[in-house]
Amino acid sequence: MSASEDFPIVVEGLTNAFGSYVVHENLSLKVRRGEILGVVGGSGTGKSVLMRSIIGLQRPVTGEITVLGHAMAEAQGWGEIDIRSRWGVLFQGGALFSTLTVGENVEVPLKQFNPEIPDALRQEIARFKVQLSGLPEEAAFKYPSELSGGMRKRAGLARALALDPELLFLDEPTAGLDPIAAAAFDKLTRELKETLGLTVFLITHDLDTLYEICDRVAVLADRQVIAVGTIPELLALDHPWIQEYFNGPRGRAARETKDRQLTREGAMDKPDKAGA
Amino acid sequence: MQGPLPAGAGVPLAGRGIFAHDHAAMREWADYTLGPSENGGGATLALHGPLRVHSLGNIDTRLAAVDADVARLDLSAVTDIDTTGAWLVRRFAEERGAEIVGASEQARRLLRAIGKVAETDAEPEPRPNLIVRTLAEVGDLMINWGRGFLNSLSFLGTLIVTFGAIVRHPSRFRWTATVHHMQYVGINSLWIVGLMSFLIGIVIAQQGAVQLQQFGAEIYTINLTGRLAMRELGILMTAIMVAGRSGSAFAAQIGTMKLTEEVDAMRTIGVSPMETLVVPRVVASMLMLPLLGFYSAVIAIVGGAFISNFALDIPFFTFLQRTQEVVPLTDVWVGVVKAPVFALVVALAGCYQGMQVKSNAEEVGLRTTQAVVTAIFTVIVLDAFFAVFFTEIGWS
Repeated sequence: MSASEDFPIVVEGLTNAFGSYVVHENLSLKVRRGEILGVVGGSGTGKSVLMRSIIGLQRPVTGEITVLGHAMAEAQGWGEIDIRSRWGVLFQGGALFSTLTVGENVEVPLKQFNPEIPDALRQEIARFKVQLSGLPEEAAFKYPSELSGGMRKRAGLARALALDPELLFLDEPTAGLDPIAAAAFDKLTRELKETLGLTVFLITHDLDTLYEICDRVAVLADRQVIAVGTIPELLALDHPWIQEYFNGPRGRAARETKDRQLTREGAMDKPDKAGA
Repeated sequence: MQGPLPAGAGVPLAGRGIFAHDHAAMREWADYTLGPSENGGGATLALHGPLRVHSLGNIDTRLAAVDADVARLDLSAVTDIDTTGAWLVRRFAEERGAEIVGASEQARRLLRAIGKVAETDAEPEPRPNLIVRTLAEVGDLMINWGRGFLNSLSFLGTLIVTFGAIVRHPSRFRWTATVHHMQYVGINSLWIVGLMSFLIGIVIAQQGAVQLQQFGAEIYTINLTGRLAMRELGILMTAIMVAGRSGSAFAAQIGTMKLTEEVDAMRTIGVSPMETLVVPRVVASMLMLPLLGFYSAVIAIVGGAFISNFALDIPFFTFLQRTQEVVPLTDVWVGVVKAPVFALVVALAGCYQGMQVKSNAEEVGLRTTQAVVTAIFTVIVLDAFFAVFFTEIGWS
C-alpha cells in the first residue's frame, strides 16, 4: 500500500499569508483513509483557509499538499479534473447555485464528469441523491431560496455526494442547525462514512459533533496544527487552549452526554457495538 | 448475450469527447449477460464490471430494453459498486420482481443503506399546454407591468415623504454617502463623458457641414453644433451614459445588499434604507447631472470647433466666439432644467429595481438590466415631451 492510499490528504510545511498577515506557518497534517477528522480552532485560526488550500482554492505561499496522491501545486488540466471527481465539498452556507433547482444542483457534477449518462437517468439519480441526504423528494424541484438553512445544507451535501466521492470536505455542517437536525446530520455523516468508506475532513465548532462522530481531532492554534488525536489523547495534553476548549462548560456537557450514551448502549446491546 | 445494442467495453458513447485523455482509454464499463431460462422459470441476469457512476454508461437503457423474464439478478461478477450502482440494481430488481443474488459485502451494505430511502416518486407539476402557457404569461406580464408602475409610483411617494422628513431633521441627511456618490456619478465619469461628447461634437459638425455646404451655408454649422449640444445632445447623451454607468451600479449594489440581508439588518436597527441608500444616490445624481450635462455640451462644442478648424477653415477661436453669439441663453436653461429630472429618473429606476431583488443572483442581473432599460426609455420619452414644451413656451 502506497502512502497516498493510507493518507489521502497530506499537508507538509504549509505557509499561508494574506499580505503581511500570516495565517499558517509550516503547518503539517495527515488525514488517514476512512477516518472522520474533526478540525477545531478558535475563530480566525484559518480552518477554512486550510480547507481551501487543500482543495486548491487558495494558493499557499509555500508547502506541499498532496490529495489522493496528486500534488495540488502541480494539479492542472486533466489531472486536476481527475481529483475533482473524487471529492465532494460542502461549503458553510451550502453554496448552492441559486438559479438552479436542488435537483439540477446535484446534476451539475454528474453532467460535468459523466456526460454519457442519459438526461432522464441523471435526473433520477439526482432525485435519489436528494433523498439519500435526508430531504423529501419534492425538495429536488425547489430553488435554494425556497429552502430553510438546514435543508440547504442537506442539499449541499447531496451535491457533494453526487459522485460518491472518496473524500468529503465539510465546513461547519451543523452550524445554524437546531439540535435535532444537527444530530440527524451527524448520524447521516457517520452512516455515509461507514457505508461508503468515506474519508471526511470536517471543520466544526460543535462539540457534540466532535464527540459523536469524529475518529480524530486536529487542533489549529498558533498558526499550526498543535495536536492531532482522539479526544482522550487531546485531553491528556497540557495546552491551555485545548484544556479550555474541552473542559469548558460546553465541552464538559458534550462529554457527559457521550458518556451517558455509551453506558446506556453498553448496558443494552454489547454485541451490536462489536459488530459495527 | 442478447442486449439489443452491441455490448462491451468499447460501447460508443455520446459526449465522451471531453474524456479523450489517457485514462478514458482504460475506462471499464458496466455490462451484463443474460443467462438462459431455467426449467420454465425466469432467467438469471448477471451484471459484471464496475457498477459505479463513472462506468455506468448506457447500461440503464440497455437493461430497460431486456424483455426476458428475469428472476435473479446476479452480482457476483460486479467488481465495484457505489450508491448509484446499488440504486440502479435495486430499481431493476423491484421493477422485474427479481431476486438479488451473489452480492458482495460492500453491495449488501449499500443496498441496506439505500433501502431506508423511501421511493416516493414525486413528479414535477406537469406544464400546461402552449396556448394556455402563452396566454398566462401575457396576462402575468401585463399584471406585473401594471403593478411595477404602481409600485414605482409608491416608491417615488415614499422618497418624497423621506425627503420631507430629512428637511425637518437635516441632521439625518447622510453627507458622507452623498459626497461619495457625487464623486462616483460625477467626477469619475468626467473622462468617459468628455470623450463621448468630444467625438459627438466632431460628428455633428462634420456631418452638418457636409449638408450645409450644398447651400453654401457652412457657417451655420456653428449654430447647429452649439444649439444641438446645449439643448439636446449634451444632457441626453450624459443621462444615457449615467444610466448605464451609475443607474446599473445602484441597482446591483442595492440588489446585492438585499440578497445578503443587509437591508433587512438596517431596518431592524431602525436605520431607514430609504434614507441611507436611496436619498444619497438620488440627491448626488440630481446635483451632478446638470453639471455633467453642461460640461458635456461644452466639450461637444469644443469638438465641433476642433473639426471645423481643419475641415471648414473656420478657426478654432472664431468658432467658439461665434457660438456665444448664436446660442441664446435659453438653450443653456433648457439643458439645465431637464438634467435634474433625468437624474431623478435614472437614480430612481436604479434604486427601485435594486430594492425589488428577492431571491437569487440571476435576479440582480435581471433587475440591473431592467433599471438601465427603463431609465433610458423614460429619459427619451421625457426628452420628447420637453422638446415640445420648451418650443411652446417660446424658448426656441
